[in-house]
Amino acid sequence: MSRRRLTPYLFLLPALALEVFVHFGPMIAGVVMSGLKLTQYQLAQWWKAPWAGLANYRVVLDVDQPVSASLLSSFLVTVGFTLVVVTASWVFGMAGAVALQNTVRGRGLLRTLFLVPYALPIFAGVITWRFLLQRDNGMLNHVLVDQLGLLDGNAFYLIGSNSFWSLCAVETWREWPFAFLMIMAGLQSIPEEVYEASNMDGASPWRQVRSITLPMLSSVNQVLILVLTLRTFRNFETPYVLFGGTVPDQARLISVEIYQNSFLTFNFGLGSAMSVLLLLFLMVVTAGYLALTRRRVHEV
Amino acid sequence: MRARWRAAITALAAVTVMGTGAACGDGGGESNPKVLTYWASQQSPSVQRDKEILEPELRKFTEQTGIKVELEVIPFTELLNKILTATTSGQGPDVLNIGNTWSASLQATGALVGWDSAMMDKLGGAGRFAASALATTGAEGATPAAVPLYNKVYQLYYNKKLFREAGLTDPPATWDEFVAAGKRLTKDTNGDGKPDQWGLALRGQASTVALHYAYILGSARGAKYFDGGKPTFDSPAAVAGIEQYLSWMGRDNIVNPSDAENADWADVYEAFVNHRAGMMLVQTLGKTLSDYKLTDQDYGVAAVPSIGAGGTDIGSFVGGTNISIFKATDNLSGAVDLVKFLTSAPEQVVLNTAFGTIPPVKDATGPAFDTPEVKIARQTMASRAIAMPRVPQETQFETLIGKEVVKWLADTATGKQPNGAQISAALKAAAGKVSAGG
Repeated sequence: MSRRRLTPYLFLLPALALEVFVHFGPMIAGVVMSGLKLTQYQLAQWWKAPWAGLANYRVVLDVDQPVSASLLSSFLVTVGFTLVVVTASWVFGMAGAVALQNTVRGRGLLRTLFLVPYALPIFAGVITWRFLLQRDNGMLNHVLVDQLGLLDGNAFYLIGSNSFWSLCAVETWREWPFAFLMIMAGLQSIPEEVYEASNMDGASPWRQVRSITLPMLSSVNQVLILVLTLRTFRNFETPYVLFGGTVPDQARLISVEIYQNSFLTFNFGLGSAMSVLLLLFLMVVTAGYLALTRRRVHEV
Repeated sequence: MRARWRAAITALAAVTVMGTGAACGDGGGESNPKVLTYWASQQSPSVQRDKEILEPELRKFTEQTGIKVELEVIPFTELLNKILTATTSGQGPDVLNIGNTWSASLQATGALVGWDSAMMDKLGGAGRFAASALATTGAEGATPAAVPLYNKVYQLYYNKKLFREAGLTDPPATWDEFVAAGKRLTKDTNGDGKPDQWGLALRGQASTVALHYAYILGSARGAKYFDGGKPTFDSPAAVAGIEQYLSWMGRDNIVNPSDAENADWADVYEAFVNHRAGMMLVQTLGKTLSDYKLTDQDYGVAAVPSIGAGGTDIGSFVGGTNISIFKATDNLSGAVDLVKFLTSAPEQVVLNTAFGTIPPVKDATGPAFDTPEVKIARQTMASRAIAMPRVPQETQFETLIGKEVVKWLADTATGKQPNGAQISAALKAAAGKVSAGG
């Protein structure tokens, strides 16, 4: 390689090294920590903690042990939560974007309104939901029980099995504007003439959505679904704020579980092992998803 | 190529580790004698008010010693995480407050300066402090890692108006009387067939508080939660204590089921102030209720009821705040001076009066400590309060059991109070989590 060809790479090298360090440094530290027996005894000098090999992983993966059983249940809750939230967010986002695709009166206002949950600070938004969902003073029970008389007694939304659906509702409320935004941007790139031509052929609006909008959005949807899934799967703030610290079993997401294992029970090695497994799982899902969808997107 | 990558990754990992490691000296330097950083725990209802209370006192310290104190007030909910981060990075304050129940756990990290008798002599000797407070400064038999600063114990607060209306003259002295009083206080006041006034208000979603009740009620029956370092959570006494707590909402029906959602003390105070609950069991409140415009005409203070015959008379654990020195300090003698200043008799009077807490030092006296509330608290401290388990796994115990009790109360609220066998099995599983990987 001649010196001239090498020079630009030499200039790039410091930036690249820094980027690699910032990007992968914490990940590698996490992987290293997952191999350590790291509890409060070693915390002040954690780099001297004894090597545990795969012991942490064995504890995490042995379903007969309480740690693993509780991780598994939170994993299943997270899978269900992600499926519900991603589906609902996408459906709402799609419906909102298609509805506002054609010039309707007040379109700008509605668009802005739809984006409010996305712009609101997480804490402010979620704590408001907490107030709405309270059993005695919450607005939901006030409307359902006192005004409409649909329910007999006041139901609980923040504890027990309803807490899962409360969490899904709040998270969908937070995520769907993102889907709306992405799909709206995608719709702008579909040429107007295609719709005009199909109008001439007498296609119904429903047929237009199925045969024009959806196929032409497939590349946007591919990215959108992936990003939504990853964001939802790793969600921590929503349950943490909504349930005020102690998250009910039915709504305990995997990141809450990892947080509890690391910071509340001081077992950082175990928490890191769980994080690494989560990372691996999401990498496998992402790779599988991209491999599956790539061909279909290219066909269009 | 592959070998080169491996070398690069190894080097990177080494740099990461050393970058963090280099910052962590092993403690107690004197290189920065004129400045101290102090992390104070939030003791009053707002961070701002804590600052207003502490800043004038710290100015006095600066005048006396010439050492400038950089104060940061941290809410208890964030404090433990911040301390752990500081411990890992070695970048932290010089002096810090800790929840006194964390003493043994944080002691085990090795990040706190030890208080042997030579160190304690700089504060006037260990004899200045109440014995029950000293029992909260670290693991049994180890050199203490902290010094008591403020103390609190559980007390029974009762609403005088509701007691009068229910024909109750005296606060209950035993748990049986407590439940009986609760039943008389629980009633339907607006005639819709559902009770809207209750005997007791609970902060049901807070795992720390749930654990406190479980520990107090279980210990009164003789429960021991650790055998050495080994967790023994599922003793019949521990189960019975938890069942007693759950039954207040379940079988006895003297607590509003909605209280299972209460995440903050403010929810409990509001029910009490607005005459929706006749009693509450909380740690020494000091001036909190005067924020709600209540005076001692409106509420009374009594000791936590006792179990009566067949149990140990335990009314509280020794709650409160300790003060410690971080080993990574670069101003050890200044840090000792600050601890000495804050634990001196005059400062103890000022601070404990302002925060409504009980001074752990015996020589702090004054009119502010002659109220019935403080007198009862001091009696409880002296004869009816025990320390939380003095083992390094204490914070794990608090979190794991606290979380379980919160869940059971939620089950109770929805009409499914767990039975003893279910409680026992879950306590056993929680014990399994303590030993796992650690």
